[in-house]
Amino acid sequence: MSIHTKTIAQLAQGLKDKEFSSVEITQHYLDRIKQSDLNAFVTVTDELAMAQAQAADDKIASGGASILTGIPYAHKDIFCTQGVKTSAGSKMLDNFISPYDATVSHQLNQADLVMLGKANMDEFAMGSSNENSFYGAVKNPWDKSKIPGGSSGGSAAAVAGGLSCFATGTDTGGSIRQPASLCGITGLKPTYGRVSRYGMIAYASSLDQAGPMTKTAQDAAIVLNAMAGFDDKDSTSAEQVVPDYTANLNDSIKGLTIGLPKEFFSDGLDDGVATQVMNAVKEFEAMGAIVKEITLPNSAYAIPTYYIVAPCECSSNLSRMDGVRYGHRCDNPKDLEDLYLRSRSEGFGAEVKRRIMIGAYALSAGYYDAYYLKAQKTRHLISDDFKKAFAEVDVIMGPVSPTTAFDLGSVKDPVSMYLADIYTLSANLAGLPGMSIPAGFSNKLPVGLQLIGNYWSESKLLNIAHQFQQQTDWHTKTPEEG
Amino acid sequence: MSLSEAQVTQIAYLARLSLSDDELQDNTKDLNDILGLAEQLGAIETDDIEPMAHPLHMTQRLRADVVTEIDQSELFQSIAPKTGNGHYLVPTVIE
Repeated sequence: MSIHTKTIAQLAQGLKDKEFSSVEITQHYLDRIKQSDLNAFVTVTDELAMAQAQAADDKIASGGASILTGIPYAHKDIFCTQGVKTSAGSKMLDNFISPYDATVSHQLNQADLVMLGKANMDEFAMGSSNENSFYGAVKNPWDKSKIPGGSSGGSAAAVAGGLSCFATGTDTGGSIRQPASLCGITGLKPTYGRVSRYGMIAYASSLDQAGPMTKTAQDAAIVLNAMAGFDDKDSTSAEQVVPDYTANLNDSIKGLTIGLPKEFFSDGLDDGVATQVMNAVKEFEAMGAIVKEITLPNSAYAIPTYYIVAPCECSSNLSRMDGVRYGHRCDNPKDLEDLYLRSRSEGFGAEVKRRIMIGAYALSAGYYDAYYLKAQKTRHLISDDFKKAFAEVDVIMGPVSPTTAFDLGSVKDPVSMYLADIYTLSANLAGLPGMSIPAGFSNKLPVGLQLIGNYWSESKLLNIAHQFQQQTDWHTKTPEEG
Repeated sequence: MSLSEAQVTQIAYLARLSLSDDELQDNTKDLNDILGLAEQLGAIETDDIEPMAHPLHMTQRLRADVVTEIDQSELFQSIAPKTGNGHYLVPTVIE
């Protein structure tokens, strides 16, 4: 077994047993990144990584190590990292060296992790294919002519392609789960408010949530232990006790009630994906789970609801990118208005401009009630559907994405791209935790199974996912070159 | 209802964006497509439904009114496009 196919748990054991050092595994990953053509990273922080690896080795030698000490990871370029470029995949922030650390960055540093670099992503996390990055599209390690998914596409490609042991991601409408599904890795979007948003460049503040992207559910539990927690620097952070997410991984799931929303298995779902998802559900039945058909009647409205709410919030959040205090400024502005107009028009890419304009329009006088207020009301209905469902079932399962990874450059109009988010958006609108776990292949491309849990049920989701991974080996498959 | 190119130009201006002729044409089509998608919401009866602003219906937390930030203006201004005497500089607004 090579180093880059090992999980966090396995690397931690090897570090403890002096089988290899953090410097050695870090160098191994840096060499692989150098040889890779996936475009998974915006910035490779090799010097910093080697220094962190050396410090981790010292700590291991002196006996103060934790399970994460010296483990190399890829950090999505949406998290501010002090002294390191934090671009959010945008030309607007191409020159932005963050003067401070995001809370998540701080937590991961405190855990003595080794940051290999900043992972590529769709610009300001807006996209489902990672084709909207100023730094170019990321390739799917399973087939380099395909997209890796988005917006955490660089993170997913790095983990699946053996370029980092794990990665961080953020999920506003599916941006952890969908790339995890399309790249065949494990991804967890926690309950809204579970992980601090401080220093995580905001896209849609009432939906954004960070989480781990890993090889296994066990690894996701280990990383979530380091990321989760109350933060008084984030006004929407939840004052909720953080359990040990690894504590219940081995619980039996006998008698677990699984809800299958009939709306998630309707027209538009690719047959190959449906087959793999249903095979996974059968596996759970064989493990003693009970399957029930449920209904989420408003789930079709998740797309129009999301594509009003998120652009409204983004148009507000991105108004601070004005070329005055940081980021891109146009050359020779003739007056203040010219400075704003040209700095923003040059700095933002097409999809970001589109969403800003939709938001500006939907929030403008005369249209607010018809669009934004209406969408906030339908959001409530979508959320209530889940409330009813969770009165009957322990977990909801279904596909993550209607298809496997599609060809780079093949989806050109924005609405077609948005429709592919159908199964992931509603968990964000409701604020619920969700996961994607590898569940097989269709035409040699990975298929993910989505798990949606009730509020604060991350431990349960990780337990369910871990039990599945004890019975199946989909999560151990790697692309041929790996 | 459909947005005209003139309306899209106005929306772009509200958001302090300027569009080239090609961008204007593309965005007029795309924005109309996206708003067409949003029209689907008209089919749902929402008169008695409360708008949902926060997934967990939490209210904003308050904290004690004490200074928690230290002065880091030099650090913050070191990444600014243009500064002078501790200020962020922009083209002259008032002569």
